[in-house]
Amino acid sequence: MAKYFVKKGIQLIIVTILISFFSFAVIYAAPGDISGMYLNEQMSDEEKEAIKENLGLNKSMPEQYWGWAKEVLKGDFGISLANHTSVSEQIIKRLPATLQLMGAALVLSVLLAIPLGLWSGYRKNTWIDNIISGLSYIGMSIPSFWLGMVLIIVFAAKLHILPSSGMHSVGNESFLDTVKHMIMPCITLSLSNLAVFIRYIRSNTIGQLGEEYVLAAKAKGTTGGKLLKRHILKNTLLPIITLLGMNLASIVCGSFIIESVFGWPGIGTLAMTAIGVRDYPVIMAYVMLSGIILVVGNFIADILYAFADPRIKREDMAND
Amino acid sequence: MTDTRFKRIEKKKTQELISYDHSVWKDIKKELFSNKIALVSIIILLIIIIASILAPLSPYDPNKINVAEKLQGISAKHIFGTDEYGRDYFTRALYGGRISLTVGFCSMIMTVILGTAIGITSGYFGGKVDMFLMRFTDIFLALPSMLLMVVLNTILRPGLFTLIAVLSLFSWAQVARITRAETMSVKERDYVTAARNLGAGSFRIAVEHIVPNIMGPVIVAASLGIANAILMESSLSFLGLGVQIPRASWGSMLQSAQGHILDAPRLAVFPGVLILCTVLSFNLLGDVLRTALEPKIVK
Repeated sequence: MAKYFVKKGIQLIIVTILISFFSFAVIYAAPGDISGMYLNEQMSDEEKEAIKENLGLNKSMPEQYWGWAKEVLKGDFGISLANHTSVSEQIIKRLPATLQLMGAALVLSVLLAIPLGLWSGYRKNTWIDNIISGLSYIGMSIPSFWLGMVLIIVFAAKLHILPSSGMHSVGNESFLDTVKHMIMPCITLSLSNLAVFIRYIRSNTIGQLGEEYVLAAKAKGTTGGKLLKRHILKNTLLPIITLLGMNLASIVCGSFIIESVFGWPGIGTLAMTAIGVRDYPVIMAYVMLSGIILVVGNFIADILYAFADPRIKREDMAND
Repeated sequence: MTDTRFKRIEKKKTQELISYDHSVWKDIKKELFSNKIALVSIIILLIIIIASILAPLSPYDPNKINVAEKLQGISAKHIFGTDEYGRDYFTRALYGGRISLTVGFCSMIMTVILGTAIGITSGYFGGKVDMFLMRFTDIFLALPSMLLMVVLNTILRPGLFTLIAVLSLFSWAQVARITRAETMSVKERDYVTAARNLGAGSFRIAVEHIVPNIMGPVIVAASLGIANAILMESSLSFLGLGVQIPRASWGSMLQSAQGHILDAPRLAVFPGVLILCTVLSFNLLGDVLRTALEPKIVK
């Protein structure tokens, strides 16, 4: 068990360092001379040299990386090239909106997937299962940004019932208004996860239905909803933990695209704009941050799973 | 194997009472023709692929700007209408399909080759090699691939080759995992032991005995891999990090359609439906094959 944690912990550290390398590479490998963005025509050569010195551009790459990493550990991501304000401040200001959207999408997909998956597995190969399975296939195959566009066309442009972008209407900060703005992005973001979860829970339910404890429960006269809720649910929930960890990636990366489709004022939109104008410090900070959210999420899922499923401990010991 | 005391045994041609021929391809063929979903997926894919290949037969130039005919609706002359530069949208969709499918196929092939090679090496040799390669694979599995693709595409010059390379770089790990597990079970079989005792080298065993026997899961992974690659490509192109204008893929067509979402929603509908149909068909095919090739799965 301890070995398992150590292994996962080491992996967490390695991946984080790798991600930091990648984020640093953004600025290092970026085309053109970075100092050009800080210099202008009126400066004298000495001033230019001083700025280069200040930016650390005359140092070697490992030194530059170390200098950057030290600041990042302190929470300082430098200054945006586009609007000359602190990157950390901008991100902190926009983080709640992103987390709100991601959280809502995650909760929505789990809450919907559990009953749908259980029911679809229980009624295997009936019309209801065919509909649910068919829809989940479509959900897996649809490009999420396109779904967003279609929703905007239908609900905002044609039917005028939902706002097409943003988080609040002007001058209206009420909770209801935010919810209204959140409906479409949230559905779009949760759909592919929802589909994956449904398929997973369905096949798990089918597997569990063949187990003897189900037969015993049936012999006692338990059927339908009660059987699913009391017996099968618990046994299918376990893998959901891992799935949550694994699919965090699609939520984090999805929010990057979805936010810009719906103009959601989160860090995804910020990064998107930054890519457009090649605002490297912001891109670096975004990659670093979402990478960390992801890796830590995965780590937590692994740990939780180990606690929830004693088999993993044994298996792991057998392997090593 | 040059020892003259040993001679290769020729396969005797005898009439078999029962056929034991259960090659992967036979299983696949049987399943595909008996399964309605698979058949429909194949037909849809064939239509899309053939139409894309035949794209140059279209009377229109996909990149020729003709402002006089911009944003025309659906008509007999332009069956998908025209886009904001007056280009025939149907022709553009076909050429877009060429790019999207090329990216999908090429990155799948690279992914499968890379993944299978690493997976087999790791599974076959075991021990230190396995440990090193699998830790490496684990790290690649844990990396936020989409984010890194975005990063790489901002640094590298965006284009077809970059796209394929980046997509394969971040998808081989999955295939490696699957092939490693399969190799580990296959290498314990008697025919592998027999081959080894007859003096066959590792490479020969891997290519002649292991690869054919792990084909099933690899084919499934390939089918799902194309679906995934096309989806990823469309997302990257949608973000403007894919192929560059005036060339278009379905994803970049959607990017330009975003500006006309209110006045010409049809521009957004066609490429999206094409992506959906293609990806859905590959996903369905992959799953049908999985049930056909992996008897363990509960049907």
